[in-house]
Amino acid sequence: MLGAARRQLGSGPMLGQVLRRLRPAAVAEATRGYSAAAKEMTVRDALNSALDEEMSADPSVFLMGEEVGEYQGAYKISKGLLDKYGPDRVLDTPITEAGFTGIGVGAAYQGLRPIVEFMTFNFSMQAIDHIINSAAKSNYMSAGQISVPIVFRGPNGAAAGVGAQHSQCYAAWYAHVPGLKVLTPYSAEDARGLLKAAIRDPDPVIFLENELLYGESFPVSAEVLDSSFCLPIGKAKIEREGKDVTITAFSKMVGYALQAAEILSKEGISAEVINLRSIRPLDRAAINASVRKTNRLVTVEEGFPQHGVGAEICMSVVEESFEYLDAPVERIAGADVPMPYAANLERMAVPQVSSFSSILYFLLALAHIV
Amino acid sequence: MAAASFTAAKFLAPVAARSGGEKAPPLPAGASSSSFARAMRRGGAHHPRLRTALAVSSDVLAGNKAQAAAANPAVTREEALELYEDMVLGRVFEDMCAQMYYRGKMFGFVHLYNGQEAVSTGFIKYLNQADCVVSTYRDHVHALSKGVPARSVMAELFGKATGCCRGQGGSMHMFSAPHNLLGGFAFIGEGIPVATGAAFAAKYRHEVLKQSGPDGLDVTVAFFGDGTCNNGQFFECLNMAQLWKLPIIFVVENNLWAIGMSHLRATSDPEIFKKGPAFGMPGVHVDGMDVLKVREVAKEAIDRARRGEGPTLVECETYRFRGHSLADPDELRKPGKDYFPVSFYFFASLVKFLVLTRLSGEMENGIKASLAKFAVVWYSVVPIELVNETLLSDFSFLSSLHSSYLICQHSDRYDEKSHYAARDPITALKKYIIEENLGTESELKSIEKKIEDVVEEAVEFADASPHPPRSQLLENVFADPKGFGIGPDGKYRCEDPKFTQGTAQV
Repeated sequence: MLGAARRQLGSGPMLGQVLRRLRPAAVAEATRGYSAAAKEMTVRDALNSALDEEMSADPSVFLMGEEVGEYQGAYKISKGLLDKYGPDRVLDTPITEAGFTGIGVGAAYQGLRPIVEFMTFNFSMQAIDHIINSAAKSNYMSAGQISVPIVFRGPNGAAAGVGAQHSQCYAAWYAHVPGLKVLTPYSAEDARGLLKAAIRDPDPVIFLENELLYGESFPVSAEVLDSSFCLPIGKAKIEREGKDVTITAFSKMVGYALQAAEILSKEGISAEVINLRSIRPLDRAAINASVRKTNRLVTVEEGFPQHGVGAEICMSVVEESFEYLDAPVERIAGADVPMPYAANLERMAVPQVSSFSSILYFLLALAHIV
Repeated sequence: MAAASFTAAKFLAPVAARSGGEKAPPLPAGASSSSFARAMRRGGAHHPRLRTALAVSSDVLAGNKAQAAAANPAVTREEALELYEDMVLGRVFEDMCAQMYYRGKMFGFVHLYNGQEAVSTGFIKYLNQADCVVSTYRDHVHALSKGVPARSVMAELFGKATGCCRGQGGSMHMFSAPHNLLGGFAFIGEGIPVATGAAFAAKYRHEVLKQSGPDGLDVTVAFFGDGTCNNGQFFECLNMAQLWKLPIIFVVENNLWAIGMSHLRATSDPEIFKKGPAFGMPGVHVDGMDVLKVREVAKEAIDRARRGEGPTLVECETYRFRGHSLADPDELRKPGKDYFPVSFYFFASLVKFLVLTRLSGEMENGIKASLAKFAVVWYSVVPIELVNETLLSDFSFLSSLHSSYLICQHSDRYDEKSHYAARDPITALKKYIIEENLGTESELKSIEKKIEDVVEEAVEFADASPHPPRSQLLENVFADPKGFGIGPDGKYRCEDPKFTQGTAQV
């Protein structure tokens, strides 16, 4: 029924303006205005500075991965680190994900703090046995004797035109496993704070970055630039306050959600945007508090819809705040297909700003608010 | 010898028939036609890979040729008794596990180590407390050799709260941080990268953190089986261990079977120790049923690693007397494998007799050389126990027939299990101790009695121990107690001022 309504309204003239496609560059413009700080920092610089500071503070932290040393990082995240810390602490590995991930885990068993970089998280599938069986489960199997203070980081999700095998989102896969913490930063502040917290954390952390966000600039306050700045793991951030509908998103989709919220505000709908930051542990308290305030929820993710992050959030809300929902929870996700290569098909396979606002509009129309 | 005709009998061939020592190892048959292989042979002596020694069956590594002359390596009385006690502990413990399993006290997957004790004792008894051991699911005896008390291991197997992992790991996941036993992994090959990582950490501590032990680098020993040697992670780690010269010893417990898959059916080149030199590290084959030979090789490999000279691959030829696990009916390792049809031996010995008697005294030199080659092939297929019998067949037709009859009989009844049972490491060491006067029969008996008491007590302890409390289900998922980055004092861990030391320049 909703699907039919969606298609009907989709053809209406009123939505012509919200069906406009925005270029990626416009994302930055839309989000720039919301913080009052002066300095700007790209996500890339934020990650680099976080790595630098943590390696400087604790000599047992080391970085390993493909191209992290002499190539300065496949996406230049580890630029300058080899010169500063030497080849003993910034290791270029051979192309052996299973092997070097296991080596990182073994080193963590013995008290070192490795950061294992995957060139993309798609390659982590070659090492997933070690991430799950040797890292995530070890503290439990050994009844607390052996903890694994390791960080697995790298770009996750779709980039531009890289095809099916380089474009999958792994948030739901890793968030399924007890014993792992899964973090998904969005802005430069998130990237710095969460990476520092991840490195200091005594448990295995999956740190899912996004390639298309690396070059994006975000305003950062002086507090963020301090070397002791850290964000707590397991706490979401309300990026934009609102009262009509809650939108939860993570990673790149936060930018899209903020754009959609901007568009909706012009229609008189005030949307609350939650940047999840942490997929496991999920900040259920914040999500539920927000839903109790707005009574409507839309979850947004880039990955495949079935068994995804949105499904878990929906269930959490149904379990805890069912009576507060005025409408069914809506889920916006990527298309349920492997990522196609053709540019127009790829655009269709990933959520676009227009799809959010159109769905939101339908929901609110059904609830007779608009 | 071409790989295609390789059989298990090759392991039984006399040492002289195989390469070893300073000579360059023979290249595999398939490589012989390439120009690269010819170049290798020409400049072979200088090529770094060919300089790496291959040692065979208790020959010590090349360079220590003088020691090879000793019939048996020297061992003191205390050491011998310690080795004996450790092997008996492993055997009695595993036999008790089988009993307990069939009584329902133990459950799930239980993999026993009977017959392989020499490998565990030979290596682990030479390690320090700070050295690490990483194993597979067949890890009870590795845990015992490393020093985990028998009662902790038994309680863990019973799933009780007093087990070494409080009942949360089980048979396949033995961990003990104080003893540096880093598991216990169910997936084959999984322990190898973890062990390589522990070796990496030892080197990192020494070179970057400048913390070292008095003896040198802390060494890691990784135990795994023959089936694992076809797994990708094994090769990845051989590469990285040698690349970074990590202090690790890769110990292959080659018991010829991976559940029901014979090593020979699964592997293109079954000689696993040859895979070491392919990556630039020494590969050693040792008789894994003889604890003194294993210990000799272990000493060499461990000392090398401690000095920082890098990894070693050691292939221990051993055998498991029981099935893969207690649930394995073990039907494929039946006795009575024929390697050649009965008629072959008869005709071969007839031909040999005819050739030798017809040609004696005529055209001796050239033909005797070809006969020598024939003899090498002959002896490679004859089980070693019968070599002496067949020598007599050279000059008498009747004794040719007799020897071929013996061989037929033997090949009809070639029984892998009884062959290895006759080489039981514990009986062998017992015999050695008594013959060399390192101990008396009664001393050994008292050790056995003591161990039986220890294992009985372990069972009683495990029986009497409580099951884990229900609250234990949700504990230890994270080292971080609340899983939210919140420390024990209730504040966010990341706000702990201790973490902000450092002079990072952004």
